[in-house]
Amino acid sequence: MLTYILKRILYIFVALFVIISATFFLMKLAPGSPFASERQLPPAIEQQLNEKYGLNNPWYIQYKDYLVSSFTFDFGESMKYKGRSVNDMISEGFPVSLVLGLEAMILAIGLGILLGVISALYHNKFPDYVSTVIAVLGISVPSFILAGLLQLFFALKLGWFPVTGWKGFIYTVLPATAIALTHAGFIAKLTRSSMLEQNNSEYVKLARAKGIGKWSVVFKHSLRNALLPVVTYLGPLTAGVVTGSFIIEQIFAIPGIGRHFVQSITNRDYTTIMGVTVFYSIILLLAVLVVDILYQFIDPRIKLKGAKKS
Amino acid sequence: MKFNKFLTLMMVLVLSIVLAACNTDDSKEEVDNSSEGTTETGSEGTTETASEPKEINLVFGSEPPSLHPGLATDTTSSTMIQNIFEGLMTMENGEATEAAAESYEISDDLLTYTFKLRDAQWTNGDPVTAEDFAFSWKWVLDPANASEYASILYPIKGAEAFNLGTGSADDLGIKVIDEKTIEVTLEVPTPYFLELTAFKTMYPFHKATQEANANWYTEADTIVSNGPYTLTEWVHNGNIVLTKSDTYWDAANVKIDTANISIVESESSQMAMYDAEEIDFLGTNFGSISLDAIDRLKSDGSLNVAPYSGIYWYKFNTTDKVMSNVNIRKALALSIDRAGLIKNITKGEQEPALGIVPNAVGGFGDDSGYFKDADYEEAKKFLDAGLKELGLASPADLEITVSYNTSEAHAAIAQFIQQGWTSQLGIKAKLDNSEWQVYLDKLSNLDYQVGRLGWIADYNDAYTFLEMYNTASNGNNDTGWENADYTALLKQSVVETDPAKRTAILLEAEAIMMNEMPVAPIYFYTNLYINKDYVTNMVPDALGNISLKNVDINK
Repeated sequence: MLTYILKRILYIFVALFVIISATFFLMKLAPGSPFASERQLPPAIEQQLNEKYGLNNPWYIQYKDYLVSSFTFDFGESMKYKGRSVNDMISEGFPVSLVLGLEAMILAIGLGILLGVISALYHNKFPDYVSTVIAVLGISVPSFILAGLLQLFFALKLGWFPVTGWKGFIYTVLPATAIALTHAGFIAKLTRSSMLEQNNSEYVKLARAKGIGKWSVVFKHSLRNALLPVVTYLGPLTAGVVTGSFIIEQIFAIPGIGRHFVQSITNRDYTTIMGVTVFYSIILLLAVLVVDILYQFIDPRIKLKGAKKS
Repeated sequence: MKFNKFLTLMMVLVLSIVLAACNTDDSKEEVDNSSEGTTETGSEGTTETASEPKEINLVFGSEPPSLHPGLATDTTSSTMIQNIFEGLMTMENGEATEAAAESYEISDDLLTYTFKLRDAQWTNGDPVTAEDFAFSWKWVLDPANASEYASILYPIKGAEAFNLGTGSADDLGIKVIDEKTIEVTLEVPTPYFLELTAFKTMYPFHKATQEANANWYTEADTIVSNGPYTLTEWVHNGNIVLTKSDTYWDAANVKIDTANISIVESESSQMAMYDAEEIDFLGTNFGSISLDAIDRLKSDGSLNVAPYSGIYWYKFNTTDKVMSNVNIRKALALSIDRAGLIKNITKGEQEPALGIVPNAVGGFGDDSGYFKDADYEEAKKFLDAGLKELGLASPADLEITVSYNTSEAHAAIAQFIQQGWTSQLGIKAKLDNSEWQVYLDKLSNLDYQVGRLGWIADYNDAYTFLEMYNTASNGNNDTGWENADYTALLKQSVVETDPAKRTAILLEAEAIMMNEMPVAPIYFYTNLYINKDYVTNMVPDALGNISLKNVDINK
């Protein structure tokens, strides 16, 4: 088990190296400079800026610098937000995205599993149709449209929530819901299909035959097994949701890290691109690792396989 | 049973959504009140009396990238800087008037400016001195600090040489006479120099603070400033709070005590905030009005339009084989239906541009323009001549490419113009869309045929619009066009000290340009804004700036 985890951590470093290198070369290949604007800089001043940020060094020096700064987690100063370190930007934005993300996840998992279980229990009956429709709507309506609709109804028309901002719990409800609905739909579908599978299995039939109530069977027996595919989905979901949803943070004006993902690239803000990419990669890779470890607690069979491998 | 409970829950959820959708405007007032209750914390809610603190709620479309006067380049930062810092002069009703300077003297040859400073204080209580100004300007010009707007200070003697690394700081025409007097010597008479001292790059910053902490301008608690407002809170990407400064010399005339500024990128969210009464003003530099809201705001009469010193134009790459032909360029420029474009696409009451210098630059020309809008007759004549010169038999043989950067508005404008050229001239036009940074690269490498750009004045003078085309090597030219007479006239204009003669020279230059048409002017920008009735005196000037110092609220 320990060797397995160590091995996985080693893989994480290899993966990080590949990601950092790929990001670096893609950044270099993309035309444009962080200092380009509608109003051109005098060449001498552009030269001064390039010098300041080390952009006139040969590519291998820049590459080396990037590798060093990535592995020491010091990404330097943003090229767009003058004087602000990328580390500060991440450490200010991440807690906000984390809170929003966790709220959205709890909502998504709770609602998703509930819908999925109901679908499975009332297979091909009215409740199944209702929850399937909700799930499909959640998956297919893009989160930015949901966000707009939520704003319109619950903030503008009903006035229950503020339109935008981030000053307390009340401000988190609409954005968390907008993020959660898509994922809830997905989790509902996953839960539904694996629950249906479980319902046909011998042990469930036995439990039913013993006269145990429908819901008791679900919570005591089948749900635990049915959640495996959902757990697999949790890894990438955590990383995605916790590091922020760009479009939701933009619509609700939330000071999270999500907006840096896209904006730093449009701005060609090299240091921020690098910082955010490395940070996101670590979260994603760790989330996948944690999910793999969690697996072993949910399904003992997997633990054995993992142990054998190591 | 359990299923029934669940079903009831679902029904309630669905019903509440449906009910919300059916909610009509009757309920709006109630809604607005309740939303105020949830968003406002603290003192709000009781009726306003004269002695109660006045608050205004605003938005910014982006996080200000830099609040250092010497480093800021964008309009959001500049709006902030103008409210927390103060330069020697400030712009009031289009005129440079004294601000940090109490008075000034200009020598007869227009080369030496002597400014006397007021007794004013920084937010930490230190006096604002001539040395602060001298230090700040030298800092901006120092190549080690890589200030992107340093060239704004080039009219100062020795500034360009120092900034480019060929001169020294000691040769600069900046002299501290005594604690309250500073003398500036210029390279050439610069009639708009007073206006430049009202520009953010020439604002002072606190010498000791800069020397103690190079990143002082990134957090609210380390910023030391000298303007009407103090930055008291800054949650990056979230919100900003400005508080009336009690150390400001003219604090008695600052009416608003607090300005809460939320940073909201989405235009539709900004609009929703305005509708929900969460903000009191929306438009130029304090957020922006989205294209699809304009019709509604126009019809309910709430949209305000103010002139803006900026132009939207199509540039022609004159090094390209087809675009090097002046007749083709003229044919394309004359056959654009500007009025139609503004009515149907941009909708912001912009003015058709029939010259280079916007009408918002006062006292320049008679605004009648150099050609007629949508003059298809004339355009066809030019086209025929051009085609002959290029050896092409018919308009259908001519195919051009129009480039623009990703944006719904630019795409719509390009399609409108493309359609006009195809239907009126019979030529083929292709559209080529690229991402902003890629697009800028294309333009500066002259890797395009026809491309869009805009230009907003830094200072409200014709020179800022004409100067960029003085030589082909000017980085902002992007057309490869150059004309010896034009260059000579611009040179002549910078040494001309008589304002009337100078205007005549610049008009002559504009006429040369409109005769050669390296760019097709399309429209002059407008400032669009909306405000609640109780907000007074909040009007953007020709450069899009709003000074909160003059704004008042009477609820």
